[in-house]
Amino acid sequence: MSARAGSIRKATPFKIKDCALVAMATGRRARLMPEFRREIATVPVQSIYHHFWGGLLQPRFEEREYNNDFAAWMRHSMHDAVLAERLAALDPTSCPELEALRREMLELIDNRLDEVEYLSWARASIQFEFLSSQIVIFDTGRTVSHPAELAENIGHLSTSSIFYHFIDARRRVPEGNNDFTLWMQSFGRDFEPLCASLTGVDPYFGSITELRQKLATIFQACVREHRS
Amino acid sequence: MSLLDDYAAAAGEDVIDHLRQLAAPLRGATVVHVNSTRAGGGVAEILDKMVPLTEELGISTRWEIITGDSDFFECTKGMHNTLQGNRIPLGDHLLRVYEETNAANARILGPTLREADFVIIHDPQPAALLSHVPDRKGKWMWRCHIDASHPYRPVWKYLRGFVAPYDASIFSLAAFAQELPHPQYLVPPSIDPLSEKNITLPDEEIRRTCERHAIDSERPLIVQVSRFDRFKDPLGVIAAYKLAKRFLPPIQLVLAGGGAADDPEGEAVLAEVRAAADGDSDIRVLLLPPDAHREINALQHAADIVVQKSIREGFGLTVTEAMWKGKPVIGGDVGGIRLQVVNHHTGFLVSTPEGAALRIRYLLHQPDKIREMGVKAHQLVLDSFLITRHLREYLTLMLALRDGAEHDRIELA
Repeated sequence: MSARAGSIRKATPFKIKDCALVAMATGRRARLMPEFRREIATVPVQSIYHHFWGGLLQPRFEEREYNNDFAAWMRHSMHDAVLAERLAALDPTSCPELEALRREMLELIDNRLDEVEYLSWARASIQFEFLSSQIVIFDTGRTVSHPAELAENIGHLSTSSIFYHFIDARRRVPEGNNDFTLWMQSFGRDFEPLCASLTGVDPYFGSITELRQKLATIFQACVREHRS
Repeated sequence: MSLLDDYAAAAGEDVIDHLRQLAAPLRGATVVHVNSTRAGGGVAEILDKMVPLTEELGISTRWEIITGDSDFFECTKGMHNTLQGNRIPLGDHLLRVYEETNAANARILGPTLREADFVIIHDPQPAALLSHVPDRKGKWMWRCHIDASHPYRPVWKYLRGFVAPYDASIFSLAAFAQELPHPQYLVPPSIDPLSEKNITLPDEEIRRTCERHAIDSERPLIVQVSRFDRFKDPLGVIAAYKLAKRFLPPIQLVLAGGGAADDPEGEAVLAEVRAAADGDSDIRVLLLPPDAHREINALQHAADIVVQKSIREGFGLTVTEAMWKGKPVIGGDVGGIRLQVVNHHTGFLVSTPEGAALRIRYLLHQPDKIREMGVKAHQLVLDSFLITRHLREYLTLMLALRDGAEHDRIELA
């Protein structure tokens, strides 16, 4: 028996799951910059997570101008384009944990307050509402038993399935990895190149539909290579 | 075919499968909804389908209404208006009536409410019931359908005393949430795609409805469907129509709405609207009975553009209904209308009659834009504002409350 066949036999089927978010108010809101800074410093990290990632599951008709709610609010309600751009450039995938992301945000806010005095008393046209969310996870009843089968199916998964397995997974899987990679590691070294390609995907920039397409392309290319 | 099969056809199999998974751990539980009217207004329309749909998922569900006299409804209408920002104190006499009416209703509904696993109290009218059921067994949720973003503080302070002891509250938008000592969920309301008001109608029926109301099907039609309520700004709609008509003489306007049993102000507003429309044969002011669902459906279908120029709005289900029918909506830039009308995509947000008139002219000059926005509007409702999504969120929060709302993860898989 070849090593490859042996590793396939060991792997358990991959269960495809789906999810939905239910939004919750935290009761915290800000209209002035000092209020915004104070809330960023103390709001539960779940709220920071929601405002960086939750938007990906909302239906939208155009590219997001800013990749997180904080940056969008800074531009459109506080009308500070400079800080908006700096906040938008924050990539949560580059921070090992959400507390580190919070510290990065506070640093940017403090720097900007040092640069421009008027921001200390500027008033936003619409207040920022700090939200969080509960996630509910569903069983789709579908499984795949081999990466080649996943490659065939991944382009047809719902966007919320992709969110669960590729984005939410970062909170559950060691080293901020994703469910697909974790599962494929059980196939031994056969799919290491595919795992490496997936690790290189930054899910933060772009829509979740684009992310699904990107994953499908990577899967199909790697599986083709593996077969040949 | 079961009711759930019907909804699977409209909303998708996956959506119904999610509902079944959420309902499975709740099977055998009892749910009671309480509001103050069975007909008229968005709450009654939602419950009309929410209740049988929940039942079909194996969860025993009841819908109770509280009753009261004219003083009670004057008080609760006052609460409604003050929570939406009107600064009018409520007299001690009316507040006493409010408390006595809730106490009287609690004596009737007490046994049902006491034993229920989940009680969802809708809006301020029955909010005080909880204080009369101290030995309640289940979890109680207060569902606020009102734009309470800027409440008149003395009235909110009074009402908060009744709401704070609930296990959770539910608001349509984050901006409406208030400081309360329990979890606050954000659940937008929804429409029922299978109701008489939202099904696709035969062209012939739409044509006949237009004929009955002397609407010329060959000319552009602007429609606002809403209760005759100052917060819906029907006078502002007439002003917008008059501004637009200077440039587009063929346009017609329909203002259609019903009264609600718990709305004593409707007649006065209707009289003002009729006076403002006087002398213009292209304005139709239609007071329709609460069950005129097909008629409203036909009018929304017949419209080229639907307007909802509210100056305060909890959510605006008439906006959702119009979007479901593939109509662009010109809506007031307030409350839940902002969630639905995505500027330049599903319609336009406006703040003045002038703004509404400008957008009416813009759209009527670009029929392709009307069609394009209509397609997007329908898709947004399909994705986000059908009753199946609404029920999914209610079931989720029931599970969350049952298991301890501090958990941010509910695993059904």
